[in-house]
Amino acid sequence: MVKVTVDGIVVDVPNGSSALQACEAAGKEIPRFCFHERLSVAGNCRMCLVQVVRAPKPVASCGFPVAEGMEILTDTEIVRKARRAVMEFLLINHPLDCPICDQGGECDLQDQAFGYGADHSRYQEAKRAVKDKYLGPLVKTVMTRCIQCTRCIRFATEIAGVPELGAVSRGENMEVTNYVEKALTSELSGNLIDICPVGALTSKPYAFTARPWELKRTDSIDVSDAVGTNISLQVRGSAVLRAVPRVNDAVNEEWLADKGRFSVDGLKHRRLDRPWVRVHGKLQAVSWQDAFVAIGRRLDGVPGDRIGAIAGDLCDAESMLALKDLMVALGSPNIDCRQDGADYDLSQRAYYTFGTTIAGIEDADALLVVGSIPRQEAPVLNARIRKRFLAAGRGGFPIGLIGTPTADPTYSADVLGEGPDVLAALRDGTHPFAATLKAAKKPMIIVGHGALTRPDARAILASAWALAVETGAIGAGWNGFNVLHRAASRVAGLDLGLVPGKGGRSAAGMMSGGVDVLWLLGADEFHTAQIGPKTFVIYQGHHGDAAAARADVILPGAAYAEKSGTYVNTEGRVQRSFRAVMPPGDAREDWRILRAFSEVVGHTLPYDTVEVLRERLATVNPVFRVIGGLDAVDAAALPGPSDGGAVLPAPFRPVFDDYYQTDPICRASPTMGECSRIYVHPRTVAAE
Amino acid sequence: MSAHSPIDQIEQPDSFAFDAESEEQIAAILAKYPPERKASGTLPLLYVVQKQMGRQTGSAWVPRVAMDEIARRLEVAPIRVYEVATFYLMFNTKPIGRYHLQVCTTTSCWLRGSDDVVAACKKATGISGFGQSSADGLFTLTEVECLGACANAPILQVDDDFYEDLDGPRTIELIEALRRGERPAPGPTIDRVGSAPAGGRKTLADSPADQG
Ligand code: SF4
Ligand code: FES
Ligand code: FES
Repeated sequence: MVKVTVDGIVVDVPNGSSALQACEAAGKEIPRFCFHERLSVAGNCRMCLVQVVRAPKPVASCGFPVAEGMEILTDTEIVRKARRAVMEFLLINHPLDCPICDQGGECDLQDQAFGYGADHSRYQEAKRAVKDKYLGPLVKTVMTRCIQCTRCIRFATEIAGVPELGAVSRGENMEVTNYVEKALTSELSGNLIDICPVGALTSKPYAFTARPWELKRTDSIDVSDAVGTNISLQVRGSAVLRAVPRVNDAVNEEWLADKGRFSVDGLKHRRLDRPWVRVHGKLQAVSWQDAFVAIGRRLDGVPGDRIGAIAGDLCDAESMLALKDLMVALGSPNIDCRQDGADYDLSQRAYYTFGTTIAGIEDADALLVVGSIPRQEAPVLNARIRKRFLAAGRGGFPIGLIGTPTADPTYSADVLGEGPDVLAALRDGTHPFAATLKAAKKPMIIVGHGALTRPDARAILASAWALAVETGAIGAGWNGFNVLHRAASRVAGLDLGLVPGKGGRSAAGMMSGGVDVLWLLGADEFHTAQIGPKTFVIYQGHHGDAAAARADVILPGAAYAEKSGTYVNTEGRVQRSFRAVMPPGDAREDWRILRAFSEVVGHTLPYDTVEVLRERLATVNPVFRVIGGLDAVDAAALPGPSDGGAVLPAPFRPVFDDYYQTDPICRASPTMGECSRIYVHPRTVAAE
Repeated sequence: MSAHSPIDQIEQPDSFAFDAESEEQIAAILAKYPPERKASGTLPLLYVVQKQMGRQTGSAWVPRVAMDEIARRLEVAPIRVYEVATFYLMFNTKPIGRYHLQVCTTTSCWLRGSDDVVAACKKATGISGFGQSSADGLFTLTEVECLGACANAPILQVDDDFYEDLDGPRTIELIEALRRGERPAPGPTIDRVGSAPAGGRKTLADSPADQG
C-alpha cells in the first residue's frame, strides 16, 4: 500500500495503482473518455489531467502510477484550464450534432462539455468528416462523432476476442474502422454501444427510438441463456425499448450478450394475448373461463398418469413450482423441465451446477471443456474464460476442448478429440492433456449439454466427475467441476424437482401418445410432430411459436419482462427480476394462471400472493431463501454422481447451430432474424 | 478527406502469393525475431510485398490481400497489419505509377526552390496535383515531409533514390530520362560530392590526409 494525498485527503491505495484510482479512492471524480476499468490503459484522450505537486506539468492520471507520499490536486485553476483546453480540442472535429444523436442525454462528452466546455467555438476552419463504417446489423456508426478514444478497439481485441477493429491512417486522418466492410463477428458486439463514450457507436435497432430521460428502468435478469446476466429493462409506455447490462462482478461484470440485448423487440411480435380453444380443428378466441372449462372437461376422468407437463427454457421458478403442484394435485408423476432430453444426477446440487462459479474462473489454471461451445451457449461466461486466458499469460491457462468447435473460441485451445473416448484416455493417462490437468493447481472441467443431452449423459457426467477427482479439480477449497447450462429455467427446474416422479414419464416419454393430456409451459424447443396425434395439448406461454400452433387450448402467459420472477443461473445463483411492463391483452402472470385453473378443477393451490408462493419455493428447496448469493459447497466430500452405464462412441454435437434463434422470443425478434440471416446463413444473403 | 481511400473504392486483386525472391527475403527477416515475437516482421514484410508488386506489376503498392497474407504468416489479426500499412506513408495502399516522385516541400527544400521542382514535375508528367498519377501510368506525384537530406535541398525522391540539389530544368531532365527507361545515378545533380561544397573543397585544403 502507498499513502497518497488527494486534495488534502489521505488515502491508502495498492502499489501500482494509478493516480486516477487514488483520486477515486478519495471520492474525487475524474473525467475520462479513453480510460475504462475493464480495458487496458491507452492514455490518449488527456481528459483525466490532474496536478501532481512538484511535477512540471499536468499529468494524465489514468496512466500515472502513484508513489509514496504523492500529492495530487484535482481541482485547481491549472487543472481546470488544462481540461478545458483538452475539451476544446476534442470538440474541434466533433460535429456537435447532439439534437440528432442517439447518445444525447447519456453521452460522456456532452456531460463533460457541460463542466469543461466553452460557450462558443473559436474554430473557424472546416471540420473533418469521416465516412461511416458497416459493423453489422446491431451497431450503428456515425464516425464523425468519434473522439478516437480507442475503447471499442480495446474491447473487441481484449474482451470480445475478435480483433476486427483498429485505427487506420494517422493524425488528422486517423479513423476507427474494421477496414473491410464486414459485420463484427462477436456475440458481445452490443457492448460496444455502452463502451463508446460518445454517439459514434449506437444501437442500430434502437436508433431514433427514445431519449434516456423518457425511459423507466426496471431491474431484470436475462433469460436468453443460463448465465443470469443482470440487466435493466428500459421501458416507455407499454414497450420494452431496450435491455442494457447492470454491473454484477460475480456474474456478468458489465457485459451483456447480443441475444439478451437485442431480442427485446421480439416481445412485441407474435404475442399470445388472449385464450384460444380449438373447436372442430380451428382455434377460436374464448374467455379465460371458457378456456379453463374446456381443459377441465377434457381432464375429467383422465387418470393422473395420463396427464403430463413440460416446462420450457424461459420459465420462472414460481410458475414451474405452481405447475408441479398442479400436476401433483392431479395425481400425475409426469413432469419434466428438460425438453432437450438432458439427464443429470440430482442427488447433489454440485452435480448439475457450475461449481467453480463464474468469478472463480479467474482463479483456475487449466480448463477442459466437454461437449460445450461456451462462446455461443454463454457468451458472457466465455468472456470470463478469455479474461482468465489473457491474465494468465502465454501458456498459463491451457485449455482443452472435447467436441467440434463451430467458431473460434476466442482463446487458443487444443481440440483434444470429438467424442467421449478422449475422456477415457484422459482418465487412464494416455492422453497428454491428462498431465496438464494434473500439473495444474486449480484445474476446472466444464461439461456442457452437447454431452448431457445424449443417452449416455449419466455415464459421461460420472466419468467427468471422476476425472475431476483424479486430477485434483475437486479438492480441499476448490471445486473445479462445472455443468454449463444454456436454459435460463433449468437449474431452478431441477432444484424444484421438475423431473418425472416415481413411475413418471420424461419429456420424451410423453411424446407419441405417452400421455392423453399434455401441458406445455412455454416449451417450444422440440419437434411438435412428435406429440401423439390424439394427445390434447395445452400451451401456456407468451409467443405463438411451434407448440402454440399444435395446441388445443392456448393460455396466454407473461414473458420475462412482464412478471416478477425468480431465476437460478448455471452457478446455482438465485436471482430475482421485476416486472417492467404489463402482459399484453388478456395475458396473465403464469403462476396466477395455474392458480386460477387449479380452482376450476377443485384442487386450489395454496397461494394467493407471490409472497406466499415464494415462501413455498423456499420450503421446497431452501436455496431459494438466499437471493443473489451462493453457498460454498464442499465437493470433495461428495461421493460423485452415480454411474449410468456405457459410454457411446458418437462425437459430441453442438446443442444448437443458430445462436440467434434459440427461443420463442428471439425467433419473434426481427433483429435476431436479421442477425441469423447475416451471420448464420450468409450465403442466402449473397444469393439475393 | 482521408489519405487512404476507403478500401472498397480501390480495385483489389483477388489473391497474392509471395514469389521465390520474396520468400528468400522473408526467411532472412523472420530469422531476426524470436518466433513468438514474429509480429515484429510486419514492417519489413510490407516492404517485401511492395517491392514484389513493383517487380511483378510495375506498380509498387500493397493490396489488401497481401496484408491478409502477412497477417496469416505472422499470426496476427489482419486489422493489425492494416493499421501499420496505413499509418506509414511509405506504403502505398493504392496502385501507383511505375515511378514514385516524392517531392520534399518542408522548410529547407522550400527555401531552396522546391516549388520549382513541384512545378517541373507537374509540367513533365502532366499531373495536376499531389496524390495523382500521370495519364500514361508512369508517374505518381506525392508531397512528403523532410527527407533528412536538407543539406542538399531541394530533394526529389524517386522510389528509393534521392536526387539532390535540383532545380526546375534538371528535374525535367531527370523525368525525361526516367521516361526513356534510364535510371540516372542518384545523388547531387550539381558539381558536388555528397554534401561537400559545390566546386570542390573550400577548407582544410592542405590537410595532411589530402597529401598522404
Ligand atoms: S468509436 Fe467510440 S469507442 Fe471507438 S474510438 Fe471512437 S469514440 Fe472511442
Ligand atoms: S482517461 Fe486518461 S488519458 Fe484518457
Ligand atoms: S526539408 Fe527537404 S530534406 Fe529536409
